[in-house]
Amino acid sequence: MSDLVKGSTGDWEVVIGLEVHAQVTSNAKLFSGASASFGAAPNENVSLVDAAMPGMLPVINRECVYQAIRTGLGLKAQINLTSVFDRKNYFYADLPQGYQISQFKDPIVGEGSLRIVMADGNTRDIGIERLHLEQDAGKSMHDQHPSKSYIDLNRTGVALMEIVSRPDMRSAAEAAAYVRKLRSILRYLGTCDGNMEEGSLRADVNVSVRRPGGPLGTRTETKNLNSLRFIQMAIDYEVVRQIEIIEDGGEIDQETRLFDTSTGRTRTMRSKEDAHDYRYFPDPDLLPMVVSQDEVDALAAALPELPDEIRDRLMGEYGLSAYDASVITEERDTARYYEAASEGYDRKLVANWMTVELFGALNKSGKSLDDCPIAPEQLGALVGLISDGTISGRIAKDVFADMFETGKSAANIVDEKGLKQVSDSGAIEALIDQVLAANQDKVEDYRGGKDKLFGFFVGQVMKQSGGQANPGMVNQILRSKLDRV
Amino acid sequence: MSVDKTTVAKIARLARINVPDKRLEPLAAELNGILNWIAELDEVNTETVQPLASVTGHALPMRDDVVTDGDRLNDVLSNAPEGASGFFVVPKVVE
Repeated sequence: MSDLVKGSTGDWEVVIGLEVHAQVTSNAKLFSGASASFGAAPNENVSLVDAAMPGMLPVINRECVYQAIRTGLGLKAQINLTSVFDRKNYFYADLPQGYQISQFKDPIVGEGSLRIVMADGNTRDIGIERLHLEQDAGKSMHDQHPSKSYIDLNRTGVALMEIVSRPDMRSAAEAAAYVRKLRSILRYLGTCDGNMEEGSLRADVNVSVRRPGGPLGTRTETKNLNSLRFIQMAIDYEVVRQIEIIEDGGEIDQETRLFDTSTGRTRTMRSKEDAHDYRYFPDPDLLPMVVSQDEVDALAAALPELPDEIRDRLMGEYGLSAYDASVITEERDTARYYEAASEGYDRKLVANWMTVELFGALNKSGKSLDDCPIAPEQLGALVGLISDGTISGRIAKDVFADMFETGKSAANIVDEKGLKQVSDSGAIEALIDQVLAANQDKVEDYRGGKDKLFGFFVGQVMKQSGGQANPGMVNQILRSKLDRV
Repeated sequence: MSVDKTTVAKIARLARINVPDKRLEPLAAELNGILNWIAELDEVNTETVQPLASVTGHALPMRDDVVTDGDRLNDVLSNAPEGASGFFVVPKVVE
């Protein structure tokens, strides 16, 4: 196994499980009629329920329940028709109720799984333990005042899905692939926008190390990581830290840790004795939640095609590589662009042009597919011009750059600049004759056995033609002329 | 099931209730009285009985996903000991 980490006393296996908090896409909050939107003025999206005024009662938002079910279906998970809301008790200034309404023993979604694809094209199935609905907390700001904290309850009560994986990941790269895939599924389903910068998707990372195949080690939990890079950095740091402690004869404390984004280190957040003493109990304000199998079936019937299904189709029907298919299907918009661009053209060639040239150009210019200057049909048409021999792949790159710059169609640019590939055998023959005449000595050498000179002649002819000669024809005609003794 | 003085102190701390030391023993005795009373239910065999959440038979009522509330800053902050620029202001809490 290549994922083992070398310590000074031998190899270590890393065991990682993730708890991802995904903000549910909805208009209103989980238990109140206040808006769930991001970016309002302080405490504007707050109802008296969210502020936990005495006597206020929570009433659940049906759409949030449906979003959780859709997500469960997307994770091929068991949907629990009856689930229960519990109170998780703790005190913090941004949680006015003094407890978070969550689901403890009976979550709405049970076991499922998610397939990750690594860079080498290998896939692994990561187990999902459960998904439950809960309230988000508010936001505290500590830098406004020397001795006070400022509290904004706009986020208080917004619906979250906590998605808990099995400890099935064995490297930071796998953990990142898991989050990327989960984010992709959530975005396809439209159940969470996946915006990590705004905190719509954040992860708690459980890490432990053990001897390969041995019993599980003690784990630590690093909280609230809001980027793929931080997730990987936190795991890498924890792995090194834990191995060092154990190899020096120490023991790992089971504890909650915080990741410091400025130093790339983790540090202790809470002391053990109070940790996880949340005294869960069923929320007496809320009856058990019952959904019908008919409702679940209706939601299942309306699910969009998911990335794995599209990926299988791209590989099976169009013959794309595992890697290209994964890259193209990660985002729904990308998959749509590809399908539109490749319709009627060489599917594999379009995939190639998309993942290499188009993504490269978008990256370089800081643009996204949304404001891509090249429409999908235009990219397809460019590839069409290569396939039918109108232009060579070499010339196509220049045409592509021009298209990206101007938004013009490939055919227009080829016409305007006279870039049409020369496929007229007479014209090519004339060019070849010129080159051979100018290099008589090399022709003799070639015929004397220096086969390698063939490439030189091809290069000269292509140069003479300004890159426009059809390379296949050049090869063929050149070969017949040179080998004619 | 019964609780001792240490458990009572721990529960009080978790609930942020200030219980003076001399009240811990009497509180433990009171709580044990309640627990023992409830423990009488253990005499009933409930092995085949499903937990009952409600005697009314109602299902959990649900709301449509429509914004019907909010934008009431004055109400929300009206009980706050301190506020500024629309925020609640509290003694500094940093982890």
